[in-house]
This record gives sequence, C-alpha cells and structure tokens, in this order.
Amino acid sequence: MRKLFVILLLLIIAGGITLSLKEIPFGIPKTKIGDHFINKGVEETGSVNIVTSVVVGYRGFDTLGEITVLFAATIGLGAVIGTFRKNSVNREVEAASLIVYTGCRFLFPVILLVGTYIFIHGHLTPGGGFQGGAIIASAFLLMYLGCSNKRIKENLSKTVEMIGGLTFIAVGIIGLAIGQDFLFNFLPKGEPAELLSAGIIPIVYIAIGLKVGSELAGIIDNLIQKS
Amino acid sequence: MTFLSEYIYYIGAFGLIFIGLYIVLVKKNLIKVIIGLSIIDTGINLFLITIGYIRDGTAPVFSKPGLKANEMVDPVPQALVLTAIVIGVAILALAISLAVKLYKHHGTLNLRKINEQKW
Repeated sequence: MRKLFVILLLLIIAGGITLSLKEIPFGIPKTKIGDHFINKGVEETGSVNIVTSVVVGYRGFDTLGEITVLFAATIGLGAVIGTFRKNSVNREVEAASLIVYTGCRFLFPVILLVGTYIFIHGHLTPGGGFQGGAIIASAFLLMYLGCSNKRIKENLSKTVEMIGGLTFIAVGIIGLAIGQDFLFNFLPKGEPAELLSAGIIPIVYIAIGLKVGSELAGIIDNLIQKS
Repeated sequence: MTFLSEYIYYIGAFGLIFIGLYIVLVKKNLIKVIIGLSIIDTGINLFLITIGYIRDGTAPVFSKPGLKANEMVDPVPQALVLTAIVIGVAILALAISLAVKLYKHHGTLNLRKINEQKW
C-alpha cells in the first residue's frame, strides 16, 4: 500500500519535471554569466583555471560560507560523538595483512605529496583546495586501515585547521583594508600560467586545502576512535 | 531515438534522484535512508553538471595555448558542485554519527520502532 502510494507520488513529480525539462535543451550555452567568466576570467583574476577563478575569485565570499558549513558539520559530529560513553569492553582489532600494512607505509607520504601538489597548482591545472584536501584525508584513512597503531595528533590537526581558516579571513580583511571590498585581489596578478600568479588565489586555495584536509581527517579520526 | 540521445543525461540524473527519494520514503532501516540521501545528493550534482555541459566542450582550463573560449563548458555549475561534494561527505558523516547515537539509545535502527509513528 505504502509502496504503491510512493510510486504514484514519484510518477506525478516525474511528470511535472518532464514538462519543465522539455523547455531546457541539452548541450547548448545557457548562461550569460558563464560566458563572461570564460572570456574575461584570465585577465580579470590571472587564474588560468576558470573554475578556480569562480570559486575563489568571483565567488570567494560564497566559498567562505561553504567552509563555514563544513566547519559546522565537523563541530556537530564532534559534539554528537563526544557524548558517547567510553566502551568498557576493549574491541580486539585484527592486524592488517602484510600487503595493506606495507602499502600504507609506502603510499602514505606519496598520497600526501599528490594532495599538496593538487592544491598548490589549483589555479593552473584541474584541481584545488577541496580536491587536494579530500586526497589528504584519504591518506589518513589508509593510515587507519593499515597501520592501526598510529594516530593523528589531535592538537596538531586542530592547529592546522585553525591556521587555514584564519588565513582565509585575514586575506579577506587585508583586501578590505587595502582595496574597496572583502577578498579584494591586492597582490600583483603576474604572468598567467606561472606558478606565482593570480594574486591571492593560490594563498586562499592553500588555506582551504589545509582546512578541508585536516577537517576530513578529523572526521575519520572521530568516527574510528570513539564509536 | 533522437529523444533518447538528447535527454539521456537528464533521465540519468533524475533517475538517481527518484531512486533516492523512493528509498527515503519506503525503507525502514535508518542506514538505508542515509544511503538514499547520499544517492539524491549524487543525482543533484550530476544534474547541475549536465545543465552546464556544452556539446563537444572542453574543461574550462586554459592549460595550453590554442584553446578557444567559445568551446568550453560553463564553469559556474562545476564550481558549485566542487564544494557541494565535499560538504556532502561531511553531512553524511554527521548523519552516520546521529544514527550511531540513536542505535545506542534505542537498540534498534528500525524507524517504525524508534518513533512509533504510522502513516
């Protein structure tokens, strides 16, 4: 009965969506703002990667909001998990196999290096702070799977996260003091497609990368340690 | 046949959204409901990317000379989805921690038994 009702409801919604989607053709340009970003993005922000110039340059304030959402979710997770009572029974953790153990010890620095490369080169190649941060967090997940006796130092990860967030806000406020608005690009833009170019964009993206990486690693740490 | 080649990506994206909605509305297990929410998230991201696609377009990165600006896909939906994916992971972790808390309190993950409501 319930399933029939739900399927009927979904069919009605699907019908409505089909009617409106017929007006939206696939595969042709639709927005004017996208054209502006592609045509003027390189000379206005100095970043070769247009997605980066949108995320950090044109819509940097939105990105600050997104990071705040991520921060709130992490704090909420810590608050919920922190209420658990300590398990009196110690669970026996089976040691990882030789392959996973060796792979974790060999790959951990390499994955960290790839993540760092991706967020430092966020304005030149496809990539950036969010992707690089997620890759760094995956290195910590591999560490917990393989070398189960190693742990993240909690104070260190909190400090890195704090430095990342404060750098973002500090860069924004310096822009407010020097130029006319928050996150004003006050550094020289330099030659496009060079590593040192695009003004504040690499600095902000490195800050985002550190913050996202340490937050996601903290989530993994919380979920494994305390539940 | 032309209809299918024109709208296959929309059909895929909304197919994922409807599968997720069905799971959320019908299933009784809290973990399955969270999986359904995650599938809805994926479907919405896929739909946003599809909206921004331009036929035969390249990625909006001027990584080498000779790339033309009018052959690139729309960068705005990609920038939206970029942040939405990472936030989706954090929200998923928050939902799972709430599920663990509920299980420790009630001893079950069955939603009908937890809040005793029927509709």
